[in-house]
Amino acid sequence: MSIEPVLFYIFSAVLVTAAALVVVVRNPVHAALFLILAFFTSAAIWLLLEAEFLAIVLVLVYVGAVMVLFLFVVMMLDINLTPLREGFIRYLPVGVAVAVIVLLEMAVVVGPGNFGLEQMPAPPRHGADYSNTEELGAILYTVYAYPFEIAAVILLVAIVAAITLTMRRRPQAKYQNPAEQVLVRRDDRVRMVKMEAEKGENKEQ
Amino acid sequence: MDILLAIWNSIPEDIQTLLVIILKIVAIVVPIMLSVAYLTLAERKVIGYVQVRIGPNRVGPRGLLQPIADGIKLVFKEVIVPSRANRFLFLVAPLLALAPALAAWAVMPFDDGMVLADINAGLLYILALTSLSVYGIIIAGWASNSKYALLGALRSAAQVVAYEIAMGFALVVVLMAAGSLNLGDIVRAQEGSLIHWFWLPLLPMFVVYFLSGVAETNRAPFDVAEGESEIVAGFHVEYSGMAFALFFLAEYANMILIAALTSVMFLGGWLSPFQGTFLESTFAWVPGIAWLLGKMAVFLFLFLWFRATFPRYRYDQIMRLGWKVFIPLTIVWILVTGVAILGELGPWFD
Repeated sequence: MSIEPVLFYIFSAVLVTAAALVVVVRNPVHAALFLILAFFTSAAIWLLLEAEFLAIVLVLVYVGAVMVLFLFVVMMLDINLTPLREGFIRYLPVGVAVAVIVLLEMAVVVGPGNFGLEQMPAPPRHGADYSNTEELGAILYTVYAYPFEIAAVILLVAIVAAITLTMRRRPQAKYQNPAEQVLVRRDDRVRMVKMEAEKGENKEQ
Repeated sequence: MDILLAIWNSIPEDIQTLLVIILKIVAIVVPIMLSVAYLTLAERKVIGYVQVRIGPNRVGPRGLLQPIADGIKLVFKEVIVPSRANRFLFLVAPLLALAPALAAWAVMPFDDGMVLADINAGLLYILALTSLSVYGIIIAGWASNSKYALLGALRSAAQVVAYEIAMGFALVVVLMAAGSLNLGDIVRAQEGSLIHWFWLPLLPMFVVYFLSGVAETNRAPFDVAEGESEIVAGFHVEYSGMAFALFFLAEYANMILIAALTSVMFLGGWLSPFQGTFLESTFAWVPGIAWLLGKMAVFLFLFLWFRATFPRYRYDQIMRLGWKVFIPLTIVWILVTGVAILGELGPWFD
């Protein structure tokens, strides 16, 4: 038996456990850390599929940047856990209904009708010189050039929107001007004064 | 000898590969750990001489056994877990700080073909792993259940996220110039002579990358995560004994990593500086790894020199430098490099 199925089942078990714990654990920081573990293991499963670009970018973007900011926020919140658990029974029917609907939807979409072995046979193994990164780049910048550019513009719009939403003028706030600080010379700040030496009473002699 | 060979051949092939990989890992990690130990001594000596002192000179000849004495001392100290701290995360955090710093060496080319994992996405792998080192600090700060530690962790997280973007963009420029994500190919793209190395066409990126590396490793003058004078020692204030030592191992391993990466990306890695000159054949006997180690030593000395020379940056100035100076500069240089590649500017992009 080759080692790959063993690795796959180990990573899958860790992934499913971590994903379940994200929802179950009470401490939000622990939940965020389990989410990071889930990202990591799914990256490992992608690596088994020879999709190294996606795997590494998942770690780079989600684990390296998004989750850091997430933890940053969660750690600063002082969450009182008891009120959060109130009304568990009251909301239970709604929650179960939503869960069932989502489960059914997922079963329809990822079920055997769309992702069965006929539609999605095991991908062929590529040689050692196969580069997933190159393939992705080639297809993104040729076949999907316009969708790619449109996605980029949408992201840019989102950045501009986020900055505009948070920007406010505060006339009373004082800012430094680094250029001014760097350009300052001694003569601007210090004035040398020439004074006669004072002649005090000489008590000791 | 024959018996050993027979034993070796009787092992299944998968296990053989695994054993070879483990041996290679040991051959990389053990020298790194030794360099970390002696880098601490070098730091104390260099800073000592910069401040007109002698530095440690009591343990062993000229103080050469000082790191070993330090290590033994730290092993025998008690690891104290603060009350109401999260015990598991508190003890895991130092490991999380150290692991990425060591794992990144897997793709480092020490010489032509002398690399543990010659993967095509090497640069991405490096970026992903260097972005993970912040977790050790954040988790340590939070799990300590201490205000100073949390403040240090938050400072550090904001700083590392800011400088990571500049580092990533600087590496994007390198990958544009080299046309490959494989670190070995990046070095091969710099072949020719001293002026073919990327430090010259990508000079601003070279500076941005190394300075961001200093900031990313939380070294002086960007060491506000520790900030002894304001928040006593920042994220590792509650740590003692070997857990504390692991943070230092991680910091110095990261310094060595940044030094190696800067050498590979901008100073031609294992390439000889005399390539293409009349001295090339005179120095042909020097192995490539010696040049790489020499270049790394220069950057490591710069790390120590910075620490001995500059006062600590103010926090808002660190943020300004990262977001408002380095990131715009890298974006501009991406455009400049694009134009240079289109115009086939020699001798680098033709």
